[in-house]
Amino acid sequence: MKKTPIIIITLVAIGLAFVPRFIESSSTLTILCTVLLYIALATSWNILGGYAGQVSLGHSAFFGLGALATRILWFSGWPLIFSMLAGCILATLFALLIGFPAFKLKGAYFTIGTLALGQVLFATIGNLFPTISTLPPESLSNYNLSHRYFMFLGVALISILIAYYMTSSSFGLGMKAVREEEDAAESLGVNAFKHKLIALIVSASLSGLAGGAFAYYFNSYYPQYPFSPIWSLDSSMMAFIGGTGTIVGPIIGSVFFVALKTFLSLRLPEFHLTVFGTLFILVVLFLPGGLAGIWKKIQEISRKQPKKSDEPEVI
Amino acid sequence: MIQPLAQNLVYGVLIGSLYGLAAVGLSLVFGVTKLLNVSHGELLMLGGYASFWVFKLLGVDPFISIPATILFLLIIGYVIYKLIFARIVTYDVENKIRNSLLVGFGLSIVLQNLALQLWTADHRSIKTPYSGEAFTLLGVRLPVVRLASMGITLIAVISLHYFLKKTYTGKAIRATVENWEAASLMGINIQRVYLLSFIIGCALAGVAGTLVTLNYSIDPSIGLEWTLKSLVVMVLGGLGNMMGTFLGGIILGLTESATGFFIGGNYRQIAGLVLFILILIFRPQGLFGIKEGNK
Repeated sequence: MKKTPIIIITLVAIGLAFVPRFIESSSTLTILCTVLLYIALATSWNILGGYAGQVSLGHSAFFGLGALATRILWFSGWPLIFSMLAGCILATLFALLIGFPAFKLKGAYFTIGTLALGQVLFATIGNLFPTISTLPPESLSNYNLSHRYFMFLGVALISILIAYYMTSSSFGLGMKAVREEEDAAESLGVNAFKHKLIALIVSASLSGLAGGAFAYYFNSYYPQYPFSPIWSLDSSMMAFIGGTGTIVGPIIGSVFFVALKTFLSLRLPEFHLTVFGTLFILVVLFLPGGLAGIWKKIQEISRKQPKKSDEPEVI
Repeated sequence: MIQPLAQNLVYGVLIGSLYGLAAVGLSLVFGVTKLLNVSHGELLMLGGYASFWVFKLLGVDPFISIPATILFLLIIGYVIYKLIFARIVTYDVENKIRNSLLVGFGLSIVLQNLALQLWTADHRSIKTPYSGEAFTLLGVRLPVVRLASMGITLIAVISLHYFLKKTYTGKAIRATVENWEAASLMGINIQRVYLLSFIIGCALAGVAGTLVTLNYSIDPSIGLEWTLKSLVVMVLGGLGNMMGTFLGGIILGLTESATGFFIGGNYRQIAGLVLFILILIFRPQGLFGIKEGNK
């Protein structure tokens, strides 16, 4: 594992930690919070969907469970950190529970199966917890946005570091082998099920952690809201736009996603989702490597060019 | 106890036939082209709006305007296919399914948002002069509109069945499903078969949309729910089996209404989805499907 990327990531994170000192406007900070939350979500989705190749549309289930447990325990008087850990554990346990049946499904069946699973939780939670969940007045009165910002920064950093650690190990190679050709990987001694299950568990626990941060951040929402399929779709969209199966992909994707959405919703408030959906279709059709793929292509071209200029001399 | 239950189950069968119709379109497209079009629910919504506006602005009865709705959806299907899906249809099966799924989600966002901006988020439904009328049989109410809707679904599914079984084009479609390479060697234009199946699937979604507007209501956000229902029914019935898919719809309708009756209306959708997950895991070939031999 190379040390340089870790140093760069940590330095950037330390730099970002000073941002609230210089930015007064709470709307800018809110946008940054959203970006960081999305980075955490897209990065955790990418472990399962991008590296292990199991395109899941049930990511919201883990996010929602993390948020649900955190909110309930935190409100009942637990310290925030323990509540978030509990949320993370709940999401992990749920991943363990569904992993065995879910990986009996392959390819698109896994995708629609997880989508259905997410919907089941979405509807069930809506039935069980129909009332809105609001921060108690005392926490509302001393609500500090920069604390929330630090929380999201921490969760995003943890997600990126764990994703990097996982994927640059031999385990990461195993996951990629499973993604490319499951049978071939199995024949070379890679236990496909084990790799997929661990990818799911890590992905789910990070998503649950992000859910905990969401529960800490949001003033009031219906407990059903973090279970909405939107979160699954957004996570996968950001990863695809940025480039799946890379560490920078989900980061670029999330920044681009939030920036474009903010820009479009200001300029084209009515049609911003139309433009957005169209853009997503174009990326899937014409840029299978996402935005990170463009960078690679440019690198390839710039590497090739000197060779071309060398050629006449050789001849 | 018995009479409300019977009433409930009759409604289950009636709505189930509508699920069946919606799913038959999806199943045809998936079975032939291996494209999983998750914007199917949005196409259904467009069909619903088409008949709603024709009824509202021109006063044409929705049952009579069905051919116009079909034509409208055929055109939309053609445009969508040529612009988007024609690029994906040449991929290998696994990539075809994944990419069509992703593109389909993009498309459903676009269509949903366009519908929202053009026609607002209001719930729309069609109330014809005969909407309230019903027969009563052994104490069970049979609303005219729902019976007529079931009639339309039966006509649509049975004609599709005979189209696939008896006509030359239908046989070409089935040959492509069996083995597209062999079919193309026999001189069948595979691209045309794909396009044709896709637009027929869209047209079936459109008809289902008309019936949804008549029996329930539509709004721009109904797409995902109907896509999921169609997926459930498609998997339930078994791929490539039109009659099986239709029966799958009725089973889903019955499951939902029984759940609504015994547990509570809020759990109707959940029961269907749980059934779906169970079928996916334990009987992926569907209730009426035959297990694929060598795949």
